[in-house]
Amino acid sequence: MAAGNYAETEFGDFHRRLMILRVGLLLVVALLGLRLWHLQVREGPYYRDLSENNRTRQVLLEPARGLIYDRHGVLLANNVPSFSLYVTLEEVKDRELLIGRLTELLGLDPALIRKKLTAKGGKLLPRKVKDRMTLRDAVLIESHRLELPGVMVQVESQRNYPGGVIAAHLLGYVGEVSAEQLEKPEFAGLHQGSVVGQYGVEKSFDRHVRGQAGQKNVEVDAHGNEKQEVVIEQPQAGNDLYLTIDVRLQKVAEDLLGPEYGAIVALDPTNGDILAMASRPGFDPNVLSRELTPKQWVEIVQDEGRPLNNRASQGQYPPGSTFKVPMAIAALETKTMAPSSTVSCTGGYQFGNRLYHDWKASGHGAVALHDALVHSCDVYFYTVGQRMGIDTMAEYGKEFGLGQSTGVELPSERTGIMPSTAWKEKAKNAPWLPGETISAAIGQGYVTVTPLQMASLIGTVANNGVNYRPRLVRAVMDRTIGNLQELPAVPRGKVKAKPETFRLVKEALAEVVTKGTATRAKSSLVTIGGKTGTAQVAALRTGPEENIPKKFRDHAWFVAFAPVESPKIAVAVLAEHMGHGGAAAAPLAKELIETYIKLTSPAPAVTADDSTAKPARRAPEPL
Amino acid sequence: MIDRLTEARGFDNFDLRYVGLILAILGLGVLSIHSVTHDQQGGIAPYYLKQLIWIGLGAAAFLVMWVWDYHSLARLAYPAYALVLLMLLFVLFEGRASKGAQRWIALGPFTFQPSEFAKLVLILVLAHYYSKAPRVGWLQRVILPGLLMLPGLLLILKQPDLGSGLSFVAVYAAMLLMVGVRSQALGVMLLFSVMLFPFAWEGVWGSLHDYQRQRIMAFVNPDYDPGGKGYHALQSKIAIGSGELTGKGLFGGTQSQLKFLPEGHTDFVFAVFAEEWGFLGVLVLLVLFVALIWLSLEIASKAKDQLGALLAVGIVSMLCFCVVVNIGMTAGMFPIVGIPLPLVSYGGSATIMTMASLGLLLNVKRRRLSLFY
Repeated sequence: MAAGNYAETEFGDFHRRLMILRVGLLLVVALLGLRLWHLQVREGPYYRDLSENNRTRQVLLEPARGLIYDRHGVLLANNVPSFSLYVTLEEVKDRELLIGRLTELLGLDPALIRKKLTAKGGKLLPRKVKDRMTLRDAVLIESHRLELPGVMVQVESQRNYPGGVIAAHLLGYVGEVSAEQLEKPEFAGLHQGSVVGQYGVEKSFDRHVRGQAGQKNVEVDAHGNEKQEVVIEQPQAGNDLYLTIDVRLQKVAEDLLGPEYGAIVALDPTNGDILAMASRPGFDPNVLSRELTPKQWVEIVQDEGRPLNNRASQGQYPPGSTFKVPMAIAALETKTMAPSSTVSCTGGYQFGNRLYHDWKASGHGAVALHDALVHSCDVYFYTVGQRMGIDTMAEYGKEFGLGQSTGVELPSERTGIMPSTAWKEKAKNAPWLPGETISAAIGQGYVTVTPLQMASLIGTVANNGVNYRPRLVRAVMDRTIGNLQELPAVPRGKVKAKPETFRLVKEALAEVVTKGTATRAKSSLVTIGGKTGTAQVAALRTGPEENIPKKFRDHAWFVAFAPVESPKIAVAVLAEHMGHGGAAAAPLAKELIETYIKLTSPAPAVTADDSTAKPARRAPEPL
Repeated sequence: MIDRLTEARGFDNFDLRYVGLILAILGLGVLSIHSVTHDQQGGIAPYYLKQLIWIGLGAAAFLVMWVWDYHSLARLAYPAYALVLLMLLFVLFEGRASKGAQRWIALGPFTFQPSEFAKLVLILVLAHYYSKAPRVGWLQRVILPGLLMLPGLLLILKQPDLGSGLSFVAVYAAMLLMVGVRSQALGVMLLFSVMLFPFAWEGVWGSLHDYQRQRIMAFVNPDYDPGGKGYHALQSKIAIGSGELTGKGLFGGTQSQLKFLPEGHTDFVFAVFAEEWGFLGVLVLLVLFVALIWLSLEIASKAKDQLGALLAVGIVSMLCFCVVVNIGMTAGMFPIVGIPLPLVSYGGSATIMTMASLGLLLNVKRRRLSLFY
C-alpha cells in the first residue's frame, strides 16, 4: 500500500524522533517529581504550618472592662453591647475594592479605613475598622457578607457612661490603644484595637479595669464562615472600682458652676477622699470613647474653653488671698508676727519707689493677724512677706504641698509653682527681686496653685496639719475572686506647726465667714471657716470691674472647711473671671457644704434619690 | 495472518492494561472531586455523580472512536474543522460567559465547550494533512499547516482560553517534530521567533485580559500579595506542600475543604489530590500517567501507517502537554493558564473528549496489523 511505502521513505526517522519524545517526557516528569518532592517533603512542614494558619483564625475575646461606681455604689461606667466591624487582611482579595464598598455602605472616611488596614499587625489577626455601629449598619454589612470576604461584624462591649457629662474629667474616657502606646511596656500584651483608658481614672487605673483578653481559635473557611472553635481561653473581666466621690455631691458641684468656667474640689480632710471634683466646661465621655473623626477632634482640641482640661488638677492659677492662710501659719510659726502684733494699714505699702496697694484703698488701720485674715488685709501680709523672705514662704508653702503634685490618681496633674530664690535662678536664670516677695506674699506674681492643691491645703489646716494624699479610689473589687479590697488612706505627713497656731488661724477663718469677706458663705446649717481670694489676671486695672472684658477679669477663689469644730469637708472653689472671691465663689462653697452636711447627717435625707443613675450594686459599707 | 487479524480486533492484554490505567486515573479523579465537593451543591446532582455520568458518556465516545476506522474518520477532518470554527464563532458572539471568558455553548441544562472538541479535531486535521501527500519543503511542511491551524487558534485565544491555545501550539509543534523538520529550518524558525519575540510580546501581552496578565505577574512573584493576584498560586502551593509525604487523608485536606483553594474540583484538582494523598499518592498518580503515555507512545511507534502514527503522536502530545502544564501550574512552576488535568479534573467536555481521543488511540493500535481492510 502506498501509505506504507511512504512511511518507509520519508518516515524513516520516526522511531528516533519518538525516542526523543520519550526521553523528553521522562525528563519532564522527573522534573515535576522533583518539584513535588521539594514542595511536599523538603518544604512540607513549612507549608503545613501555613495551612494550619490558613484555617485557624485567632479571634480575640475582648474582656469586659471593670465597672466604676461612686462611693455608695452608684454606677458611673459600665459596658453595653455594640457592633464592631473587623477586617482580616489575609482574606481580602482586593483592598481598594473593599475600602470602596465600606465607604459606600457605611459612609466611612476611606482614608481612615486605609490607615487602619495599613497599620502594623499581622494579616491573620482581624483588625477593628469601626466600632459602635448602628444596628442598621451591622445588618447592612451582614447582608452583603458574601461580597465582602474578610469582613465580619462582632458584638462587643462598649464603654458607657450612664451619667453622661457627670464627673467626666474624673472618669475620663476610653479609646483604642495608639501605635505609640503599644510600644510602651505598660501596654504589653495588648494589640491594635484594644480599648484602654485614655484619660481620668480610666487611664490611671487602666491596669485594674482593663482585664485580660481571651482567645478563640476558630477554624474558618475561605469565606470566613466559622466551622468550629478549636481552643478557648476565656477573657478575664477587669476589676471594678469604687470611687471616693459621691455622685450626688458631684452633680451639685457641677451645677453650681453652671455655664461658667472653673473648678470645685471637695474632699474629706480626715482621709483625703475626694468627694467631688468638678471642672467646667466639661465633655461627654460617651462621645470621646467613640471613634472620632479628625474634624471632631480638632473641634474639641481647639475649643477655647479647653473642655478636656481638668481645671481641678491641671488648672494653675495665682492663689490670691487664699495664700494668706499658709502665710498666717508661717508668720506665727516663724514668730515673724506674734498673734497680737499689729501692722498699720493705710491702704498701701511703700517698697523702694513703688507703692503696693491694699485692695481697700482707705486701709484697714492697725490690724493684727486675726483681723488681717478676716478682712484680708494686704498690707499686713506684705509686711509679713517682707520680713519673712521668699525662701521661708516657700518652705511653708511646700509643707502644705504647694509647688508639688498632690499624688492624686489622675493623669497629667500639674504642680503649680511655689517660687523661691533657687527656683527663679533655675527657671528664669535671674536673681530674685525683693519686690517679687511682696507680690508673692498675697499669692500673686509667680505663685500658682491648682484648685485641688488648695482643697488639700485648707483640709490640712482644718485637720490641724495632718495631711492625706487626695485620692479618688477607695476600693477595688476583684471580679475573678469577688474580693473587695479597701484601699487605705495614704498619710502625707504633718505640717510642723503648733496646735495653737491652727486654733488661731481657724478661729479667724471662721470669722471670715461670719463677719469678714465671705459673709455670703454663712450658713444656718453648719459652721464654715474659709478664706476668699481674688486672683489677678491682668496687672493693670482701670475703672470698675464691669468695664473690663471678661477674659481680663479676676478669678474668684474661696477655700473652706466645715464644720469648724470637727471638719468633715474641705472645699476649694475657683470661678474663672468671676471677680471677687467673696461674691462669686463663697456662695458656691456654702451650697456645696450644706448639701454634703444634709447628705451625711443621719437624717432621712441620706436616701435622697439620684436621677442620673440607679445604684446597680451597693458597696458593702460607706467609708 | 487471518488469526492474528482476528486476535487484533478483540481485546488483548495490552488493551486491558491500557483500559485499566485509564479507569484507575478516572477513579482517583472521581474520589478527589467527591472529596472537595462533598459539602456543596453541584446543581442537579453532586459533582462526583455528574462526573460519573460524563465518564459514562466518555466511555461511549471511547467505544465509538475505537470502532470507527480512523481512516474514514480522517476523511471527515476538514468538514469537522469547519464545524469547529463555526462553533467557535458562535461562542464568540452567543456563548455563555463565566469568569471573564466566553467559552461555552449552552445545551439545555448543560454547557458544551467547543475548544475541547477543537483539540481533537486539530489533531485529526494535522494528521490528515501530513499523511495525505508527501509534504516537502518548509512551505508545505511548516507554513501551510500553521496557517491551517491559525483561525482556530485565534478564535480560541479570543475567548480567551490561553490553555487550549497553548495546547494547540504544542500539538502542532509535536507533529512537526515527528514529521521532521530540517535542522536548518528549525534553526531559522528559532531565530525568527527570537527576533520576532519583542513584537509578538507586544501583540500577545496587549491582547491578554487583565486577569491573565495578573496571573503571569503573580507567577513571577506569588508571595508578592497573598490576598490578591498570587492568591490562587500560593494557596495551591500551600495545599500541595502541606500534604507532606503521606497526605492528610481523604476529606482531610483543609486547604480544599475549607475552600482556601478555589476551583479545587476542576483545574486545581491535582492540588487537592496532593494535599490528601501526599507525595506518595502523587508518585502513584505520576506513575499511572507515565505508564499511560508510555503505552500510547508504544502505539504510535507501532502504528501501521503515517496517519495512525501522527494521530497517536498528536493525542499523546496533547495528553502530555495537559498533564505537565496542569501539574506544573498547580505546583507553581508555570503561570496559571487554566488547563484541566486530563481524566482527573471535573468537566464534561474535557472528560468526554479525552476519553474519545484515547479511544482513537486504541483504534490506531487495533488496526496496526490489519494490512488489508
